[in-house]
Amino acid sequence: MTAVLAALVLLPLGGGALLLVAGRARPALVPALAVGAAAGTLALACLAAAGRPAARFPLFAGLPGGLRADGSAGVLAVTTALVTLLVLVYAAGDIGGARPRFFGFTLLFAGAMLVTVLAADLAVLLMGWEVMGAASYALIGFRWDDGARVRSAATAFLTTRAADLGLYVAAGCAYAGARTLDLDALAAAPAPWRDAVAAGIVLAALGKSAQLPFSFWLSRAMAGPSPVSALLHSATMVAAGAYLLLRTAPLLHATGWAAPLVAWAGALTALLLGGVALAQRELKQILAASTCAQLGFTVLAAGTGAVAGGTAQLVAHAAVKSLLFLCAGIWLGALGTGALDGLRGAARRNRVVGACFCAGAWSLAGLPPFALWATKDAALAAAPWQLAAVGVAASALAAAYATRAARALLAPLPPAAPAASAARDARAVPAAPAAPAAPAAPAAPAASAARDARAAPAAPAAPAAHDTRDVPAARDARAACDAPAAPDVPDARAARGGAVRGGALRVLPLPVLAVASAGAGLSALPPVAGEWRRVLGVPGERGPEWWEFFGTALIAGVVAVLVGIGVPVRGAAVARVFGSQAVARVFEGWLGLERGAFAVVRGVRAAAGGLARFDDRVVDGGVRAAAAGARRAAALAARADPDPVVEAVARAFRALGGLARRPQTGQLHLYYAQAAVVLLAVVLAVALAG
Amino acid sequence: MTPVPEHTVLTLVVFWPLAAALVLPALPRRAAVAAWAAASAADLAAVLALWTAYDGPGLAYQDRVRWIPSVGAGYHVGADGLSLPLLALTALLFLCCALYSLRTRTRPRAFAALFLALETVCLGVFAAQDLLLFFVFFDLSIVGMYFVIAGWGHGDNARSALKFFLYTFTGSLALLLGFIALYLDAGTFDMAEITRRPVASGGGLALLAIGIGLAVKTPVVPFHTWLPPAHTDAPAPGSAILAGVLLKMGTYGIVRVAMPMLPDAWRRYAWVAVALGLLGVLYGALVALAQRNVKRLIAYTSVNHMGYIVLAAGAAGLAGDAAARRLAVSGAVTQMVAHGLVTGALFLLAGVLHDRAGSYDLARYGGVARAAPRFAGLLAVAAFASLGLPGLSGFIAEFQIFTGAIGGGAPVAGALAVLGVLVTAGLFLGVLHRVLLGAPGELTPRVTDVRRAELAAVAPLLLASAAIGVAPRFLLDLVEPASATLIALVAR
Repeated sequence: MTAVLAALVLLPLGGGALLLVAGRARPALVPALAVGAAAGTLALACLAAAGRPAARFPLFAGLPGGLRADGSAGVLAVTTALVTLLVLVYAAGDIGGARPRFFGFTLLFAGAMLVTVLAADLAVLLMGWEVMGAASYALIGFRWDDGARVRSAATAFLTTRAADLGLYVAAGCAYAGARTLDLDALAAAPAPWRDAVAAGIVLAALGKSAQLPFSFWLSRAMAGPSPVSALLHSATMVAAGAYLLLRTAPLLHATGWAAPLVAWAGALTALLLGGVALAQRELKQILAASTCAQLGFTVLAAGTGAVAGGTAQLVAHAAVKSLLFLCAGIWLGALGTGALDGLRGAARRNRVVGACFCAGAWSLAGLPPFALWATKDAALAAAPWQLAAVGVAASALAAAYATRAARALLAPLPPAAPAASAARDARAVPAAPAAPAAPAAPAAPAASAARDARAAPAAPAAPAAHDTRDVPAARDARAACDAPAAPDVPDARAARGGAVRGGALRVLPLPVLAVASAGAGLSALPPVAGEWRRVLGVPGERGPEWWEFFGTALIAGVVAVLVGIGVPVRGAAVARVFGSQAVARVFEGWLGLERGAFAVVRGVRAAAGGLARFDDRVVDGGVRAAAAGARRAAALAARADPDPVVEAVARAFRALGGLARRPQTGQLHLYYAQAAVVLLAVVLAVALAG
Repeated sequence: MTPVPEHTVLTLVVFWPLAAALVLPALPRRAAVAAWAAASAADLAAVLALWTAYDGPGLAYQDRVRWIPSVGAGYHVGADGLSLPLLALTALLFLCCALYSLRTRTRPRAFAALFLALETVCLGVFAAQDLLLFFVFFDLSIVGMYFVIAGWGHGDNARSALKFFLYTFTGSLALLLGFIALYLDAGTFDMAEITRRPVASGGGLALLAIGIGLAVKTPVVPFHTWLPPAHTDAPAPGSAILAGVLLKMGTYGIVRVAMPMLPDAWRRYAWVAVALGLLGVLYGALVALAQRNVKRLIAYTSVNHMGYIVLAAGAAGLAGDAAARRLAVSGAVTQMVAHGLVTGALFLLAGVLHDRAGSYDLARYGGVARAAPRFAGLLAVAAFASLGLPGLSGFIAEFQIFTGAIGGGAPVAGALAVLGVLVTAGLFLGVLHRVLLGAPGELTPRVTDVRRAELAAVAPLLLASAAIGVAPRFLLDLVEPASATLIALVAR
């Protein structure tokens, strides 16, 4: 069985590396090979989940590495492998150029996620964790010739790596306190070390899962192609942080402070990022913010000890969010815009895609009987009333943003469609004049044209978007991120009529994910929930009461109906929800978190510049001054008149020099020996005199 | 049945390149570099055979010849778990530099001969078991590198070479003073002898002299300012050897001389090493972040990476758990190898840029990945290796150093040093962005992809790095017993 475990990890890692190195030779074969490797990985993951193998191997002195597929690791491994397979099938119909790079890095990424999930100790976990981050950099910056995307990828990687430092420190402290890095032994570490380990793990997990205060990197990560978002920001990467917190829940509770801290971080993320999702104008940004918010429920569950509920929420969210990102990818590629206004009616273009999107949105809204409705309640089951209240408010927001997105996408196709699409085509003309003066919320068709027009001039200005930190401009730069300018994006014109390029392959995964989005909630509902807890090894955990299920369903339903039928939530209406335009802007700008992070970066850069000048002027300047001083002293000595005594000394030395030439054999080692002897004599003399 | 007596094997390995250099004048001009490559390849094979046959722990392949018996100095070489990885690194780097230089047109015979002589000198440092012999090789490495920079460098190379020579030569004089102090105490220059009967107490001044000598070579902040100009103006293979091998002489001296021969003084002043190591980690990384010249940037990351080693060596001298301190020393030795491989590769790649477009200025490139995808792949792997990505050698080294330092006696310094990993990540992503990605820059049209010889020079270094990163046991099995011995020696 250990062979299964090894193969499960090595197949995607090795396959990915192989495609990266050798894929260029046969680019046409690459998608098939990658899908095959992913299918094999899925089979191995199922075997591992069923057999629950564990393996240890020597890594560092006294610190063996470990992999194990126990209950929750097995569940997550299967989830990861399944979503990877479906996303790769989609990508086979979506990614046109640079396939070896895309499929290679995706497999490498999936392998790293599997290592993270299966790791039994902090060292192996950290390996998978960091490789995952680096692969995400390569995938988010897939279209590398666009400076803005590369910068976004760097922001995502550096933000998560900053948080990852917590894991390095946690590993050191675990070793200091317990002489082991075993994840299950961390809770037993003695007090000051245990707290340090918990702090490091919490930091790293909140960073990876894009919880507050790190959420902003996920907004940046939307610069990647849609299949990347569908994999990284649903079942993997962001899920890893929440998963780590679930795994280390005993440690968090042992410290006393870490568990409530984590629970509140999750609850506040669910609430505030729900608000952020409500305020976004672009589909992918809505989905990104909702990812933070939905994972907040899992983080909250880890903090309150609802491991079964948290895991159920994690798995259900993985299905829902990868489905929604894939749907978004189809429309964004076809319509060339990410703006919600520009996507009006998109869900009506293709019935299958539209229906699948509705299943996902229904689930995201927390409406029964779909998955997230039940799993979210299970995640909240162990929360004290204050946390539960925040959680319920957050789930009401989820109903609002999911319904808002669905409402826009299901809206009747605008009657002025030809005009709007003509305007859209005009985007190519760089002189689109409407740019600075685009109104906040005009009537829909005009708005979509105008918004698209805005996106065009923003694209060339994209590199500047980071520096200006001007929120609307930055939004537009991100809108442009999915515009079909890059060669990898399917031809927009061909797709505009409603046809989907790479059609079958791209649509094929959607119904599977839609079924999962609906059905994954069974793990939180009474007949299956008991078995689910047993599989995860937490049979004693309590599920929600029936009235809790009923209550949240009622709230979600009311909110969804309100948003769906009447209460307009675009533009000014968003401001009404939040109370004022200023507040709305804060939420639209992801709470200004990025501004804070960039202030830190600016400070570090300024310090680096100052130190570099210090190094040149002071440190090296000191060396130069010493050398110049020596030169001046020598010149001074040379200018002094030779007096008779000196002449006599010189004569004597010439004579001695004649003697000294005798041992000059030209052999270097003899010179050194002689030099050493002379120096030795001096030292001996000094030593004897002293 | 070995064809040569076992005790002369190491001597042959050390002096083989020099012998090859001596026959170079008889070869045609064009074959000189190829002959260098062949000689280095044979030497690498021999070192790997020694590694495979090594049955540690303890010194093997010892060879003694009377040299200057009056002062107790002899020709004594030997190899153990600390020296074998560095011998292998040296042989590999010289081979890769030979492959890189296959197209050299400027006085190729002299170039090859100089590098072959330098290879003997470098191998000699890591094989020497006599302080005087160690010093001779140590000093000759400075002479050899001086000629490489002065003769084949570019830019302001005469000045940089002189600065390099004077600065490091002054440092080596301090080292010699320290060695003489050790001799005065022990009555011999034999390293094994002195290690057996170390300076019992005191030795602070001797450690100061040796410490300054090694700190200049390593280099430790604030003795590092000779490094950036020397790298900037050196030819690419010179930079690779300077960073990959010569800097290791300083850190190797710490684990080979300073720690086992002056254990009492090392324990007393270990906190100084910890502080200077941490300073090097953070200062080196931050100053590197502000550089625009890619070679200066890599040079400062060397200061950062050497800082980890000094920090680990210091942590190994502090009171604390022995297992943790062993981990720190293993990490330090791994870091020496890892840095040699990766920084060697980085400097060779910087040389490719300079060869094509004549500039190291990061701001003048961009979008190079379009026309030079192989170059882009190599540079990306090298950059991620240098920033400590798991799966490559740097992580194996740094993880052990952090864990050993935090778990040993330096938890705060170890935790702070972790910040270096983040800054190097930022600066290497900056390099990737400014050279490979984004919009094309001013010099981008002149950059063509790596040639076959260049690929053959850089790829083995990165493959070795990946081998250590994925399956580190083959290296750690060699290093760990030596670390355990060293920690026992320091604890006396």
